Amino acid sequence: MIAMDESNISFFKEGLRLDGRRADEPRPLKIEVGVLARADGSCYVEMGGNKVMAAVYGPREVHPRHLQEVTRAIVRYRYNMASFSVEERKRPGPDRRSNELSKVSREALEPVILTSYFPRSVIDVFVEVLQADAGTRTAGINAASVALADAGIPMRSMISSCAAGKVADTIVLDPMKEEDNFGQADMPIAMTPAGEITLLQMDGHLTIDEFHQAVELAMKGCRDIYEIQRKSLIEKYNHLEAEPVLAQEAEVL
Amino acid sequence: MDRMDRKVVIPGDLLSEEAKRSGEGTFVKDGKVYSLLYGLANYRDRINVIPLAGKYVPAPGDNIIGVVKDITFSNWIIDINSPYDGLLHISEFPTRINADEMSKYLNLGSSIMTRVKDVDSTMKVELTLNDRKLGLLKTGRIVEISHTRVPRLIGKGGSMISMLKKELNCNIFVGQNGRIWINGGAEDMDLALKTILLIEKEAHTNGLTDRIVDFLKKEKGARN
Repeated sequence: MIAMDESNISFFKEGLRLDGRRADEPRPLKIEVGVLARADGSCYVEMGGNKVMAAVYGPREVHPRHLQEVTRAIVRYRYNMASFSVEERKRPGPDRRSNELSKVSREALEPVILTSYFPRSVIDVFVEVLQADAGTRTAGINAASVALADAGIPMRSMISSCAAGKVADTIVLDPMKEEDNFGQADMPIAMTPAGEITLLQMDGHLTIDEFHQAVELAMKGCRDIYEIQRKSLIEKYNHLEAEPVLAQEAEVL
Repeated sequence: MDRMDRKVVIPGDLLSEEAKRSGEGTFVKDGKVYSLLYGLANYRDRINVIPLAGKYVPAPGDNIIGVVKDITFSNWIIDINSPYDGLLHISEFPTRINADEMSKYLNLGSSIMTRVKDVDSTMKVELTLNDRKLGLLKTGRIVEISHTRVPRLIGKGGSMISMLKKELNCNIFVGQNGRIWINGGAEDMDLALKTILLIEKEAHTNGLTDRIVDFLKKEKGARN
């Protein structure tokens, strides 16, 4: 708890967190589907203070050619933070951190994509973080999963992603920036609705019991996120279906 | 189409407990049928999921519209609106021609009505022009829509497309790859274009054919 003494932050006030949430409460989530006209599939996600845009292109021809696989499609995932996404201007371009996040995010999504349907092609996923507030990789994966579905790419299931952390010796769901920076642990996971985990990372320290507790909590968060992903996808077409019918009725009147 | 037997589904949705009802766009796991795609599930004997988006993947027998993008020794490389290019071999041209005269018959940018002859496991797509219906498109216009909308443009048993041909006084050919060739008078083609784009936009809605008939009546009324 050295970090805490130094920064002098108390994470809980009357049992609630700094932003008024309970320990097991996620931040508000907003998902919009099909926001980019030029991409084959796209999605915009707001997860608390995070604002993330995902675009999917493909399956399309692979360039450069030598990356091509004869029997399956390859998946490329680029996680990128806008220079204005954080308080101190971030030097633009890929760095160690975003390369690593691109890799683990790709590996979180690849298991559900039926790459064998599109040999010798590539599915490109671009994730742009417009505003960061801890948990951008989970927001990015949530957005990418919806954008892949929107692009009509065959998948065994959706992927939902959420983090759990430890602050002031308490396990909390979906840590925000202050909790992430000054907390004791942060553990993002990604999983299918059936509970198969495709990403599990952790930094900081957790006892075995705390670890199990954190996984359980993060999985609960993922299941809630899945319901919102599902709702936003289905609404896109129910909304359109209602419109022409209404227009027709208006004509009759 | 009945409103009750269609429903929007997302990847991973459970569609049925009976493995034998698995149709296109679905997969079976532990004896149950799940959706592979984000699209409309059609509950018939078999359950099919029709995607709402996605790229065209060529299959043998498909009639499609392509554009010549390159000429190699004895092959034309054809853009077929897909992640994969089509290959049209010189021997698949209806008349015998010399390899050095290929561009006289089909040059870069030429549009052709063609058929997929064969697709192998590495997605090498072989095309053919050996049919009287197939060949170079010299007149008319080409529109591009998503290939997932093609079944709706054709309609049940060709109901939509034959109605369009009659009402619009145009010759229309719908390629499986989402490219559509229209040939007719300038005004008729303008209306045909508008109508096709409207069908693409509203492809997933019910009672579309009737609505399109109304739309055409109104548009034609405005013209006269």
